[in-house]
Amino acid sequence: MIDLISLSKLILPLLILTILFAALITKTDAYSAFVSGGKEGLHMAAELLPFLVGMMAAISVLRSSGLLLWITNLVSPLFLYFSIPAEIFPLFLTRPISGTAALSITADLTHTYGPEHMISRLAAVIQGSTDTTLYILTVYFGAVGIKKMGRALMVGLLADLTGMILAVVITIWYFQNVWS
Amino acid sequence: MVNLIWIFMLVSGLLFSIFNGTIDEVNKGLFDSAGQAVELVIGFAAIFTLWLGMMEIARRAGLLNLITKLCFPLIQRLFPDLPKNHPAAGYIMTNVSANFFGLGNAATPFGVKAMKELQVLNHQPEKASRSMVTFLCLNTAAVTFFPATIVSMRLSEGAADPLDIVIPAFAATICSCTAAIIYDRISWRITSGKNHD
Repeated sequence: MIDLISLSKLILPLLILTILFAALITKTDAYSAFVSGGKEGLHMAAELLPFLVGMMAAISVLRSSGLLLWITNLVSPLFLYFSIPAEIFPLFLTRPISGTAALSITADLTHTYGPEHMISRLAAVIQGSTDTTLYILTVYFGAVGIKKMGRALMVGLLADLTGMILAVVITIWYFQNVWS
Repeated sequence: MVNLIWIFMLVSGLLFSIFNGTIDEVNKGLFDSAGQAVELVIGFAAIFTLWLGMMEIARRAGLLNLITKLCFPLIQRLFPDLPKNHPAAGYIMTNVSANFFGLGNAATPFGVKAMKELQVLNHQPEKASRSMVTFLCLNTAAVTFFPATIVSMRLSEGAADPLDIVIPAFAATICSCTAAIIYDRISWRITSGKNHD
């Protein structure tokens, strides 16, 4: 297990080495290329600020007002009906909106129930197999100044919902049939 | 649509806080989140500068061109709008591979760069093009082979086998990515009948 973790850490240095060797072979002025590419990166990051402030403020209001929690409590009986642990629901709601909030929920569930509990495993699989749609939309479209997202948001959220339901089904099936 | 959702998030949250008596928390949250956004951008500035600098070396050394040529047949199936061997394909490929290995932070600058290339091809610069929506779907439902953050979190919580979730997570990520692409295709069919983009 440690090997895979350290292997994933090795990817970035290997990538940089490959790029630098390619520059050496083709006699590319690597340093000046780095500086000019980097300048563009700095510019891109700065342009993102208003998009991020706007979206993060909206998410923060939803969370700090208690509305997110209120909706969570309202909908969790529906989860019990499908015999999915209701503790997972906040993650369903938060995952597409806020990456850090979702990660803190998963960390909290893992800590509370222990990493071998089905709830922790469900949370881990949902966290590991989905991404923060609203954040990606904000960053990627913000960087090029797209204001009309069209069907992207709907498709993204629908895919999230499908992904999370599938994650629950697959996890329960996998740990009940394959693992044990 | 994002305009309405944004307004709805803020208005419903603010109104709820008045009834719920959480105005103080909301006031604090608003300023904290703005500060967090600035911190995030500072982090981005570092990552973007480093990785787009590296990518520029790769581009000038011809490495990106090589990746573009090698992966183009695959990319073209997903992005039929893309002209032959367009540089966007190379950035899309590097972004997708970075996501595949769970390198979330390194994936973002490549993705933004791909978006920039797609924007050059976009006829209506305010509106997301067909390829942009497809690329976004690939990202929001990114296929992740190794969810490094989650595995290290489970390791630190003392899981007997922190890797036990890798196989179901991989299966789920493939399913959700497939679903995203299918939704993208279906919704494109529906909307392209109404307006041509």
